[in-house]
Amino acid sequence: MSDTKSIMIVGVGGQGTLLASRILGNLLIKKGYDVKMSEVHGMAQRGGSVVTYVRYGKSVASPIVSIGEADIILAFEELEALRWAEYIKKDGKIIMNKQVIEPMPVITGAMEYPENISEKIREFSSNIVEVDALSLALKAGNAKAVNVALIGVMAKSTDFSQEEWLDAIKETVPEKFVDVNIKAFNEGYNK
Amino acid sequence: MLGNEAVARGLYEAGVSVVSSYPGTPSTEITECVAKFNEIDAEWAPNEKVALEVAIGSSISGVRSFAAMKHVGLNVAADPLFTASYTGVNGGLVLVVADDQGLHSSQNEQDSRNYALAAKLPMVEPSDSMEAKEYTKLCYEISEKFDTPVILRMSTRVSHSQSIVELNDRTEVQPKEYKKDIQKYVMMPAMAKKRHIVVEERICNLREYAETSPLNRVEYNDKKIGIITSGIAYQYAKEAVPNASFLKLGMVHPMPEKLIKDFCEACEVVYVCEELDDFIETYIRKIGITNIHGKDVFSRLGELSAEIVREKILGIKPEYTPLTEQIPVRPPVLCPGCPHRGIFYVLNKLKLTVSGDIGCYTLGSMAPLSAIDTCICMGASISSAHGIFKGNKELAKKNVAVIGDSTFIHSGITSLIDITYNQGASTVIILDNSITGMTGHQQNPTTGYTLKGDPTAKVDLEALCKSIGVTNIRVADPFDVEEMEKVIKEELAKDEPSVIISRRPCALLKSVKYDNNVKVDANKCIGCKMCMKIGCPAITMKDGKMVINETLCNNCGLCSNICKIGAISK
Repeated sequence: MSDTKSIMIVGVGGQGTLLASRILGNLLIKKGYDVKMSEVHGMAQRGGSVVTYVRYGKSVASPIVSIGEADIILAFEELEALRWAEYIKKDGKIIMNKQVIEPMPVITGAMEYPENISEKIREFSSNIVEVDALSLALKAGNAKAVNVALIGVMAKSTDFSQEEWLDAIKETVPEKFVDVNIKAFNEGYNK
Repeated sequence: MLGNEAVARGLYEAGVSVVSSYPGTPSTEITECVAKFNEIDAEWAPNEKVALEVAIGSSISGVRSFAAMKHVGLNVAADPLFTASYTGVNGGLVLVVADDQGLHSSQNEQDSRNYALAAKLPMVEPSDSMEAKEYTKLCYEISEKFDTPVILRMSTRVSHSQSIVELNDRTEVQPKEYKKDIQKYVMMPAMAKKRHIVVEERICNLREYAETSPLNRVEYNDKKIGIITSGIAYQYAKEAVPNASFLKLGMVHPMPEKLIKDFCEACEVVYVCEELDDFIETYIRKIGITNIHGKDVFSRLGELSAEIVREKILGIKPEYTPLTEQIPVRPPVLCPGCPHRGIFYVLNKLKLTVSGDIGCYTLGSMAPLSAIDTCICMGASISSAHGIFKGNKELAKKNVAVIGDSTFIHSGITSLIDITYNQGASTVIILDNSITGMTGHQQNPTTGYTLKGDPTAKVDLEALCKSIGVTNIRVADPFDVEEMEKVIKEELAKDEPSVIISRRPCALLKSVKYDNNVKVDANKCIGCKMCMKIGCPAITMKDGKMVINETLCNNCGLCSNICKIGAISK
């Protein structure tokens, strides 16, 4: 088996998954890994289900994570956590933001939003972390910083130091948002 | 670095002077990134045909030039492409076509490699960002050496994947002298006949070049399995079967006959691993090698992946816990505050047949708005509405066309001329949101700004429509649904062509800020679900009452205009 590690960041278009993956990517490049990431642009960004794949190791070929291969799934929304849960490998970690965003078929009444997702998700892995990232972001002072608060939660289960993560954030986010994002990261990291 | 950003860097390093493109996912970021280099004159053209013609002109004038487009954009630019193949180049000329395997953001899944075959042009295909940059530079060498335009084929997964890229400095290229040469640049029958001979000779020379080109690479490992592949499929195959032998084709047209024959002879079993059409496989069969696997195991539909390749070649199925429950899909939706929502609410209410077009607003076809009946290609809304008028007068009485501002400039103007010229009477609604929305906010000729952000001439849509011969031109606010309904009814009733400009800026523009929070009075709300008809993702029902998701809502207030009992205030 190759040493390549796979992380998936999943959510709803507009939640800031792209920025989260770029922070992670910048950190991994600095650490000297070969890194490949696949992003979603265009129509799917308009409130659709979005997924970003991040793969790193000595030498990475495919930018896409295969089913049953993800070491970590960072889910920004509950239904999206369930949708992509098949991709987690045995004992992989699923970090799930306790947030519900109803998709249009639920809003129109054509389908029901699944119940008890936090139980269902445990069928895929025993290694589950649930977090209310919106309240962490609000504590940091901006509801939009949910993405970086979640990065903070994930950062704790990686081998990289808090300083390395903070450097990556400073490098990635626009200057005027650095402070609020660092606060949001720390809220997640110290949770 | 994103694959598209790497192409832009390659253009910079190759000393390219002029870039002209039309935005289209997944190609858009190439031109956006190029615009940051002061050394390159980059512009958004009104459409891909214009963009390629600009690049052809710059090439003839002596400088290295470039145009980028998505796969369906190349259909628009096919006319200049086929003849530019005959004229060849002066300064190097390269175009990117970005295919969208898997239909992430497109109306079809065409395989643009067929254009290289049909137009007899070399086509180069990178498999990651580093190759995207290096191949871009190599394309200019090929272009100038063989006197040919070169197509660089990207795909969603190469364009929108990030991988590590090493940067080099820009090499300034001295402009070539322009020499009048009507035998080469004036394609009339007598000249074109002679140039066709040159084109056929050129493709033979290029095939020769392909045998030794650094673009095509043989990696011998275990020779039990040999894989012939290109582009992103190479990365999937490499991941799935790392010990196999590979023939990686960086140039997919023309292909190297001898290299392929030698590789097939050396390997026990050969798989051709390519997405969409059997483009490589067909060529290999044509040169007499038939004991290969290709589309007998791999699909012609959608994308490949490492897991598909692993299963098809090695028979290894992935291990995972399957999701057994049917869960709701999450299709993309119009954003909260989107100005298009108001117009589609009205069109749905009036039960009209709506000829749609390409853009964010195509999402108006989805429930609950359900207000688009057709979507074919850029500009087709207007011309197909005219076709409905010619074909079925009853249907035409309840038919309108909707088209975005950028799409109207791209291909809608000629369609509108067809209506006025041929005594049509359709009602055309131009959705003017002051930007090119779907592809992520590009300037266009109606916005008054260039790609580089400089103020410039602005197309006056009202004056343009008037000069075409439309006498009924109305402007209305899509959030004033009562007024909009009245205007549409009035214009539909006329036996003449009408244009309604539905004007309100895109909700995602920084300048768009709505004051005063939208609030629901739970005591007044009777749970009639009237507000649910606009399909706003920020509106949900809890315990029979309307609830607004404040993190999604942008306070546009459209719902308060819809609520009949005044339960929603602003």
